Amino acid sequence: MERKTKIHAEEGKQELLITREFDLPVALLFKAYVEPEIVEQWMGTKVLKLENRKHGSWQFETSDTQGNVVFQSNGVIHDVVPNQKITRTFEMDNTPFAPQLEFLEFEKLTSDTSKLTMQIVFRSVAYRDQLLQMPFAQGLNMAHNRLQDIVNRLK
Amino acid sequence: MELRRDVFQAIADPTRRAIITLVALQALTPSAIAENFASSRQTISKHIQILTECEILRQEQNGREIYYQLNPKKMKAIADFIEPFRNLWDDRFNKLEAVMKKHQSEQ
Repeated sequence: MERKTKIHAEEGKQELLITREFDLPVALLFKAYVEPEIVEQWMGTKVLKLENRKHGSWQFETSDTQGNVVFQSNGVIHDVVPNQKITRTFEMDNTPFAPQLEFLEFEKLTSDTSKLTMQIVFRSVAYRDQLLQMPFAQGLNMAHNRLQDIVNRLK
Repeated sequence: MELRRDVFQAIADPTRRAIITLVALQALTPSAIAENFASSRQTISKHIQILTECEILRQEQNGREIYYQLNPKKMKAIADFIEPFRNLWDDRFNKLEAVMKKHQSEQ
């Protein structure tokens, strides 16, 4: 599949730009962000609260297959303009990570295609760079675990 | 003492990123690179030196001229750094697209 998601992380800046073009009308793309049942489907998380309005707030919770909560996140919604933008904060619960500010812009390209631009502002450059490396660190961990499995079987 | 530099230090500077972009299009001599900038020839030489030390640029002798060209292997190292994070978002967005296409056809 063609790689449509672009990440722009300029060195020394405490922000990140994520862009993606969708084969979806802008109204549908926007809907995927505001309808709790739909958010649950593509984010793979449980939506406890999602108030799409100025000064609203949101709360998500992710559980493992045994039902144990493994990840919780929350934030406040600063502004919502239907089919145009969402401004909100994002915070991971029970972690030392500082909240981040997110500007989501929804753009109509054609009647069937649209574009999402996410600008994420972090507390510091160091924190942004640390977060960028997280999936990489997790990947290494997974590789390590698999290696451990193989080694255990050899014993 | 050997001076060690890494690729991330190299791309930390906007002028150096501009040099990378120029050389990505074609191999250039130092003076051809410098022509694109308002900075002094000496400043640009320093930037080229840093890019060469961290192996983003490679020297190539062509007659009496030295040409600089991009080392794709090092550029890939930079891209790889951010790739897992990009994949994470790409997967998420692919799912969003699939969910909404299904949603659209059900309506």
